[in-house]
Amino acid sequence: MRVAVVVFPGSNCDRDCHHVLSEVFGLDSELVWHTETDLSRFDAIILPGGFSYGDYLRSGAIARFSPVMESVTKAAERGLPVLGICNGFQILLEAGLLPGAMLVNESLQFRCHPQEITVEVDRTPFTFGIKPGTVLQLPVAHGEGNYFIDEAGLAKLEANRQIVFRYAGDNPNGSVADIAGICNEAGNVVGMMPHPERAAEALLGSTDGQQIFRALINYWEGRK
Amino acid sequence: MNEPTPLQIRADQIYRSMGLTEAEYERICQILGRLPNYTELGMYAVLWSEHCAYKHTRPFFKLFPTSGERILQGPGENAGVVDIGDGWAVVFKVESHNHPSAIEPYQGAATGVGGILRDIFTMGARPIASLNSLRFGELSDERVKYLFQGVVAGIAGYGNAVGVPTVGGEVYFDDGYAGNPLVNVMAVGLVRHEMITKAVASGVGNPVMVVGAYTGRDGIHGATFASEELTDASEEKRPAVQVGDPFTEKLLIEACLELIESGVVVGIQDMGAAGLTSSACEMASRAGSGIELDISLVPRREPGMSAYEVMLSESQERMLVVPKKDAVDTVKAIFAKYGLPAVVVGKVTDDGMIRVFDGPDLVAEVPAKSLSTDGAPTYLREAKPPAYLEQTRSFDSSSIRVQSDYTVDLLNLLDSPTIASKRWVYRQYDHMVQLNTVVVPGAADAAVLRVKGTSKGIAVTIDGNGRHVYLDPYQGALGVVAEAARNLVCTGAQPIGLTDGLNFGNPEKPEVYWQLQQAIRGLADAARELDIPVAGGNASLYNESSGRPIYPTPIVGMVGLLEEIDNRMTSDFKAEGDVIALLGWLGTELGGSEFVKLKTGQALGYPPRIDLAKEKALQQACLAAIANGLIRSAHDISEGGLAVCIAESCIQANLGAAVTLPWEGRPDELLFGESAARIVVSLPPANWEELWKVASESKVPLTKLGVVTDGEVTFTAFDGRPLVVTHVDKLAKAWEDSLPKRLR
Repeated sequence: MRVAVVVFPGSNCDRDCHHVLSEVFGLDSELVWHTETDLSRFDAIILPGGFSYGDYLRSGAIARFSPVMESVTKAAERGLPVLGICNGFQILLEAGLLPGAMLVNESLQFRCHPQEITVEVDRTPFTFGIKPGTVLQLPVAHGEGNYFIDEAGLAKLEANRQIVFRYAGDNPNGSVADIAGICNEAGNVVGMMPHPERAAEALLGSTDGQQIFRALINYWEGRK
Repeated sequence: MNEPTPLQIRADQIYRSMGLTEAEYERICQILGRLPNYTELGMYAVLWSEHCAYKHTRPFFKLFPTSGERILQGPGENAGVVDIGDGWAVVFKVESHNHPSAIEPYQGAATGVGGILRDIFTMGARPIASLNSLRFGELSDERVKYLFQGVVAGIAGYGNAVGVPTVGGEVYFDDGYAGNPLVNVMAVGLVRHEMITKAVASGVGNPVMVVGAYTGRDGIHGATFASEELTDASEEKRPAVQVGDPFTEKLLIEACLELIESGVVVGIQDMGAAGLTSSACEMASRAGSGIELDISLVPRREPGMSAYEVMLSESQERMLVVPKKDAVDTVKAIFAKYGLPAVVVGKVTDDGMIRVFDGPDLVAEVPAKSLSTDGAPTYLREAKPPAYLEQTRSFDSSSIRVQSDYTVDLLNLLDSPTIASKRWVYRQYDHMVQLNTVVVPGAADAAVLRVKGTSKGIAVTIDGNGRHVYLDPYQGALGVVAEAARNLVCTGAQPIGLTDGLNFGNPEKPEVYWQLQQAIRGLADAARELDIPVAGGNASLYNESSGRPIYPTPIVGMVGLLEEIDNRMTSDFKAEGDVIALLGWLGTELGGSEFVKLKTGQALGYPPRIDLAKEKALQQACLAAIANGLIRSAHDISEGGLAVCIAESCIQANLGAAVTLPWEGRPDELLFGESAARIVVSLPPANWEELWKVASESKVPLTKLGVVTDGEVTFTAFDGRPLVVTHVDKLAKAWEDSLPKRLR
């Protein structure tokens, strides 16, 4: 399975995702610079965390214009699994691949700590086979993770089972309906604020994040 | 701008407004054999500033032990380099950003992070961690709150964006820092031996390139500003504070590491304090070469900049690169990928001169060596013990009333901002990015990072109890090194190198100079005795506001090595029923303690005496106990003494402790004295005999104190009287709520 980890100027979790995919899971992972326009060789795409373009203007607002985004959009339309983590989630929102918008944390401060989240649906490639209701402990690390969507939009997310993760316990950023991650209607594009790659090795305190990547592998194996 | 002529400069003594003395001006005239022009004068003024030239501290540097079998690069380069085996080395350095942070806390602290990171990746190392050591006045003061919040936000804003985890640090709050906060940042990098790169401009004819951000008018004379006392007028020097752009820094890190990897770099140096002037002259003087520059070629942010402004600009995120002759296109291509300019602005020469052209016009011509640190004047000053010592040393701790109960005192100590949990701070820092942080902030006495692809770990800490140094600079400084080492040892790491940050007042005052002299001796003696080489350092003097010097505050950043990261240790108790024991000597010194401050509101008494032989034995015993898997927690006794130490191990674990003090004596001394050479450990009862053997072999006392409970916390006197009776929940509340409630 070939996975693209897209590197925008200012991404800083690109090497972390690449490390976990290749070293922990032995996948064929490749760091792809944002100027590339052809992603057809990949089976899945990850937009990693970081501060693309310094998060200037608004997080993700400039990165969505990167040349690579056109092929990300095409891949998403084709049904390829696309995961945006943290800043990657913000980029997916700005690119219109996911609904809603991101606000500054309610505390007005950056927050970095382990966070419990509940898996809400198993219909996405990144939660495939994970029983809904499962609680995972994954770190959060963001200043703009306060997900917002209007009431109609929220109702639609609920109706379509697009809410993939919710914060369990304290909500670290004030997001609507404790949303920690969502997917598009088709389910193949997922954005999440917590960092599964930071909880994929026992040495780092939690291996719960492995479930997200293993779900992707199982999903892909099943489709082969 | 109309610049004064050389004659006007002399007549109007314009050099004085740049911080140069008359004697220094005369020396410049002698070196040049003529009067300096305005640009040349500016170049000397910044490079001969205390900040750049270490004019008052350099004479002491020979005291430091700087060699050791692991030292690959000692002081003199951008950062020290220490070998950790398997072809890997650790690069680390501390730098201060005190003055800028005092007037513009966010940017002052942010650019402090940026600057020290550049010192690391200019050596070819990927920055893997940063730490910070902060000092503020009391949190009851509104301006202090503003400074504290701004500094933490600035460190977070920059560090989080560049993707270097902020893994540790320390914060003290004391009136001694009210007008002049301290912001010291330490960065740590990891490098393969073969990639270690120096800041030398060698190879006559090699091109000299400016890469990274555009050059603007910001930060001109920042280094000069950092070398004078803060006054009410300092606010007007806000333009001397630079503005950071972490996005550009992140691109610069990746581009520079890619460039170094490509093998075309002869030398590379960041442009920090004194910008282009310092990087050019340092690179040339290290190589014994010269550099010719045409500043009209330097990419600018704004038009109309004079040679003086370009040479002195402290615009951030810029580097000076000397590549191999035929490699200019390679450099340009790598930087173009990251959208950064890379422009040839000159070449290496062989005549030892820094020659600056503005287009066809020669605008400055000075010998590189004379500008560099080695060429700057040094000063020995009169030293005199400060008068305050008479008062502080006459303090008798028995003047504090003995109480029957100390529960409230323990809660108050845990609530004091210096001791309290720093979660409010480190939750704002991304301390996990890069996937190396195995022991996170708040979990142990030092942070531990893994080295991917090996079984090794690196432990890092930064320490410096300024109050102890204030009360006795020599003993206090010994204590700073001893405590840093003890912190590393408590994680199971062997200390392998240190870097110092000297924060003092105005050295022209005999009392401050005496503090400086004594403290440096202390640092050097402790480093030598504990066998921890000094790999680099930084000095920040003139830390005074309204004529009042700060507490003399030498801080030490230290790196330790765990051969097996699986042997790492944390400070939280692990299991109910475990034995709690003191490894080390009985200590009752209350002088300079948080307890005395709590009771008197002042820094009084003698600080703890440091016995380096005991300290060394203790640390060996602790390392042996950890390596043999005998103990389950280790936490060193420092601020707040034994009781706070045990309380913290309880809070971190959500467990309790039943402790009976096995000594007679004043309860406050036993509970809250801050004597050194002491570590509280916990262990399964079955390991007691083995631990006893390890301790005896090192001739270190081991004393049983009590047992880990499920939540009750009690300290009982020798004669059975209860001294503290409480519950971990109450301790945790005091400790955790302290900062949030004061910053609400």
